[in-house]
Amino acid sequence: MKQYRHLIRPYLIWSLVLVVIPLFLIVFYAFTEEGNEVLTFSFTWKNFARFLEATYLNVILKSFWLGFITTAICLLLGYPLAYFISRFSEKAQDTLILLVTIPMWINMLLRTYAWMNLLSDNGIINQLLGRLNLGPVSMMYTDFSVLVGLVCNFMPFMIIPIHTSLCKMDKSLLEAAMDLGANRVQTFWKVTWKLSMPGVVNGVMMVFLLAVSSFVIPKLLGGGQYMLIGNLIESQFISVGDWNFGSAISMILAVIILISMRLMQKMDKLQQEE
Amino acid sequence: MKQMRANTKLQNAYLAFLFFLMYLPVAIVILFSFNESKLYVSFSGFSLVWYEKLFRDSAMMEALKNSLILGILSCAVSAVIGTLGAVSLSALKLRSKGVLEYIAILPLMVPEIILGMVLMAFFYMLKLPFGMLTLLIGHTVFCVPYILVEVKASLALMDPSLTEAARDLGASSWRAFLDITLPLVMPAVASGSLLAFAMSMDDVVISIFINGPRISTLPIKVYTQIKTGVTPEINALCTIMLAVSLTALAVFSIFRSHKKEENRDEEQIDRASEPDQEL
Repeated sequence: MKQYRHLIRPYLIWSLVLVVIPLFLIVFYAFTEEGNEVLTFSFTWKNFARFLEATYLNVILKSFWLGFITTAICLLLGYPLAYFISRFSEKAQDTLILLVTIPMWINMLLRTYAWMNLLSDNGIINQLLGRLNLGPVSMMYTDFSVLVGLVCNFMPFMIIPIHTSLCKMDKSLLEAAMDLGANRVQTFWKVTWKLSMPGVVNGVMMVFLLAVSSFVIPKLLGGGQYMLIGNLIESQFISVGDWNFGSAISMILAVIILISMRLMQKMDKLQQEE
Repeated sequence: MKQMRANTKLQNAYLAFLFFLMYLPVAIVILFSFNESKLYVSFSGFSLVWYEKLFRDSAMMEALKNSLILGILSCAVSAVIGTLGAVSLSALKLRSKGVLEYIAILPLMVPEIILGMVLMAFFYMLKLPFGMLTLLIGHTVFCVPYILVEVKASLALMDPSLTEAARDLGASSWRAFLDITLPLVMPAVASGSLLAFAMSMDDVVISIFINGPRISTLPIKVYTQIKTGVTPEINALCTIMLAVSLTALAVFSIFRSHKKEENRDEEQIDRASEPDQEL
């Protein structure tokens, strides 16, 4: 297929103009001071130094903590779901996986809005609790409501890759393990879990990436005061207007994510080679 | 082969419970599109009033129209760039190939919020007026990778000798591309474009940074309304959209299973006409 080499031009131009140059632009902004032009600028570390202020450090730690918890819950709930789905007949599996994706066809914001109304003080859940005399429980604008929104929205991204790798698994390996005297727990850990690792890695990476950088869901379910990295970036660009600091935060977030993805891929490769 | 152990009742109950949680917000959206009252608090009675209002709401219809135009245009542009990119990338044997492939999926790995603000800063620097054009350019940034990844995966399964044969028989490289490669990757282009279209129709994070003051897409409309309270018109609109996509899916799967059966019939006829080899 050598003859197709020159067809690369449109793609090359697109990726250079719309991916590479804009991303370099934030690196440029991150290292310069406000009011600089492309031709007259001065290099500075100031934007990065501001991270060491407690307010910003806390925002970053909280984002990563929340991303970690969301990923863990999605894995804990999603893995068994994917596993149980994989034990149905092939046709039923197709339908069930379709059912996992259908909620994503309804606008994400609208689903989040539905959660706002479910969780609010006089919402449906609290009305039910009130009837059971369990009293209204304040759930909105807390870590809990944000977690509910994140987990419910990103669950399919965990289930689908895990299910895919469970499907690809050679089922005769399970029989072999059983025949060789492994009990069911051993078979699961030594065969099923290990072979589904690529799917788990994929799912974990996806959910973590989405959760750590989400900003619409925390804004709606956590309220205006709820600050995660995404909200911090948005406020720097839109309301504060400090593009340089905003770029520095973005750069740090992007670098951390790209490095952790690289590490996950490496780990995955090592495990497969074992 | 031994059948795998079926699920126990408890396991199926777990399945049902998680599906219940995933469908709860969807059910709320659909239920309240038929609600008489504007308030979300309780269901006061069945009515189609929001559906009626929706079709008279010109701003909402305008947003829907913008979303559809944007989705279709950005998919069309991305399909061309993504397909050409995938085909040429798989033809390259340079050391730089790895870098180019990494750049290709970079927009899917960089958080949306960063892409949004990066594009805003970039368009601002170029002094492009914010509006449909910036939205279109911005949406190709995440649409191209979806299509490119799909097409590249299907190219990996393709037999390279097919195009070589076409070249040996005197076809120009464009002819070989149009007559051999393109028809073979078409299903992947279609499924990638569909995914990209869905992403474009649902995108709010990138769009709110680059839409400008005058133009509004459907997700942006929802986003701005949430602060003041969403009118059930949007619920009605999303219910219709879900119904349309489910119908399309049903028609498509019936069509496909029908085709499969036809193929199976043909296969059986073929087999029947062949002499039985076991004898």
